Amino acid sequence: MSQPTQRQAYWTANLKLVAMCLVIWFVVSYLFGIILVDQLNAIKIGGYRLGFWFAQQGSMYIFVVLIFFYASRMRKLDQKFNVEED
Amino acid sequence: MDLKTLTFLVVGATFALYIGIAIWARAGTTKEFYVAGTGVHPVANGMATAADWMSAASFISMAGLIAFMGYDASVYLMGWTGGYVLLALLLAPYLRKFGKFTVSEFIGERYYSKAARMVAVVCLVVASVTYVIGQMKGVGVAFSRFLEVDFHTGVFVGMAIVFIYAVMGGMKGITYTQIAQYCVLIFAYTVPAVFISLNLTGNPIPQLGLGSDMVGTSVPLLDKLDMIVNDLGFAAYTAQKKTTLDMFLLTLSLMIGTAGLPHVIMRFFTVPRVEDARSSAGWALVFIAILYTTAPAVGAMARLNLMETIQTGPVGSADGNLIYADRPEWFKNWELTGLLKFEDKNGDGRIQYYDDKSATFAEKAASFGWQGNEMVTVDRDIMVLANPEIANLPNWVIALVAAGGLAAALSTAAGLLLAISTAISHDVIKGMISPDISEQKELLASRLAMAGAIVVAGYLGMNPPGFAAQVVALAFGLAASSIFPALMMGIFNKNMDNIGAIVGMLVGLLSTLIYIFWFKGWFFVPGTEMAANTAENWFMGISPESFGAVGAGLNFLSAYLVSKVTPPPPEHIQHLVEDIRVPMGAAKAASHH
Repeated sequence: MSQPTQRQAYWTANLKLVAMCLVIWFVVSYLFGIILVDQLNAIKIGGYRLGFWFAQQGSMYIFVVLIFFYASRMRKLDQKFNVEED
Repeated sequence: MDLKTLTFLVVGATFALYIGIAIWARAGTTKEFYVAGTGVHPVANGMATAADWMSAASFISMAGLIAFMGYDASVYLMGWTGGYVLLALLLAPYLRKFGKFTVSEFIGERYYSKAARMVAVVCLVVASVTYVIGQMKGVGVAFSRFLEVDFHTGVFVGMAIVFIYAVMGGMKGITYTQIAQYCVLIFAYTVPAVFISLNLTGNPIPQLGLGSDMVGTSVPLLDKLDMIVNDLGFAAYTAQKKTTLDMFLLTLSLMIGTAGLPHVIMRFFTVPRVEDARSSAGWALVFIAILYTTAPAVGAMARLNLMETIQTGPVGSADGNLIYADRPEWFKNWELTGLLKFEDKNGDGRIQYYDDKSATFAEKAASFGWQGNEMVTVDRDIMVLANPEIANLPNWVIALVAAGGLAAALSTAAGLLLAISTAISHDVIKGMISPDISEQKELLASRLAMAGAIVVAGYLGMNPPGFAAQVVALAFGLAASSIFPALMMGIFNKNMDNIGAIVGMLVGLLSTLIYIFWFKGWFFVPGTEMAANTAENWFMGISPESFGAVGAGLNFLSAYLVSKVTPPPPEHIQHLVEDIRVPMGAAKAASHH
């Protein structure tokens, strides 16, 4: 059984990781796809305007990567703090 | 073989497959019926979640929405995928650790209150019923085209199929059927997209085709589309038409709502372990993103094909518009369903399709002798279904699309009906009315609850308050404003107490419901709107669909304030919260039934 302090440290580490992931989540969708869309649209990648690309393609690719990144980091945290399932 | 026979064969074969699976994997115990015995592999669950999630709205309506809204439809793309990030990071692993059958059960235990559980059940049922309306309409559209009957009959046929299907299922049957349905729908969606992308840009991958040049030219497809729609008075495809605030809030409402939708959350109760719940959300999003990144290409290309079919030559030239008598076969087919309507306003026998509400284009149109837009009805929902015909694809592709649309609608309807019926049988009947009910009777109650839900959903599907995706957006507002905050605070705020949570849920739910009804009519009854549903009347320009995020904010705020002045939760509840925060001991938690 893990110690309460260790559980607390695990939870704090988790919250930090969640916060970091949510910042990326916000930037690629709300910031690049909506708020800065006009500015980014000045840049063209192939036939795509960049802001439009983030809004209709890029944000979704990054969401997928983000979840797997979180899952793998959490697996390591589970082991490090000794709270993984039996 | 003619199209109708072929479509019958393909759709019939897929139905036989689903029913076969449902019989093979039918549930014998409540644990199997509610959470498939918690034995579903995370990748399999991801695929089932994708089918559960991708509804008639995603399959049929979304590309149509994108086709007509252009850039503004990004809110649906980001909103309906970004919610999975929230789900994976904030809810799914902890709710899996909690290890119970329903979302309301968590709320009831975490807030040690039957009243909280009851409020959650009401929110869950309202959100799910609203959501199922869109599925019924989608089924109606697909059937009316496929069986060539009118829309209402289509909904009736859909109800009958869903009825057989949902009562057979249970979570175990539904899970494996949804996996099959995912395969059908994704194949049906991507095959026409690949053909169309090849036709227009020479690139077989739609996601790349959308960013490529038109075949044989050096004009990017999106630039060409901007040009064509602009020439006919419509706003540029890639330009923003909504306000930034409204786009922001609508995206946020859809994301929070996605993470708060009970039928989606429930799917994560079926995996064996906590870490599976995290990765399974990732897999779900992979399978969803395959369709969601294809949809923008389908939408843009469908719009381009439609415009070019009707506007055959230069805008304003004497023979630049399609002669009505020469209209293609697909045009006639869709006219039969009433979803496509032409009216020869200037009596020239040709079709003019342009934006007659554009003041700047009106003068030009008058000089051409045009007397109004003659495509009086172009239902957005038909874009995906008509797409293969518009692009002259072979008949088997058209048959496949019909089967795919039905797979999408049926899989989601089954998931929603399961969420509704488990809430009634497990939370209301077993949880409140008669806790000693036998397992067999609980199963029976669940099946009866389904039947009632289907009838209500069918009626509302025939009298929907808007086109399918918009109705669905309302469900998201409710899930966002009531369920998501209660779940998140239950996990992340150890001091959130019963009164705070209940006040928060009620504030979120009522503010959102009232805001929606204010502009859409009380309970969507036409003529009871308190104000016209236009941007000038909206509070700070926030559309009713976007209000869920505001409602969620009000929920968080009021719950927090109330919890400050009311007693903290008892110690065993605080221990419960500490316990769900770590994966350890999930197997033990799950066996506590």
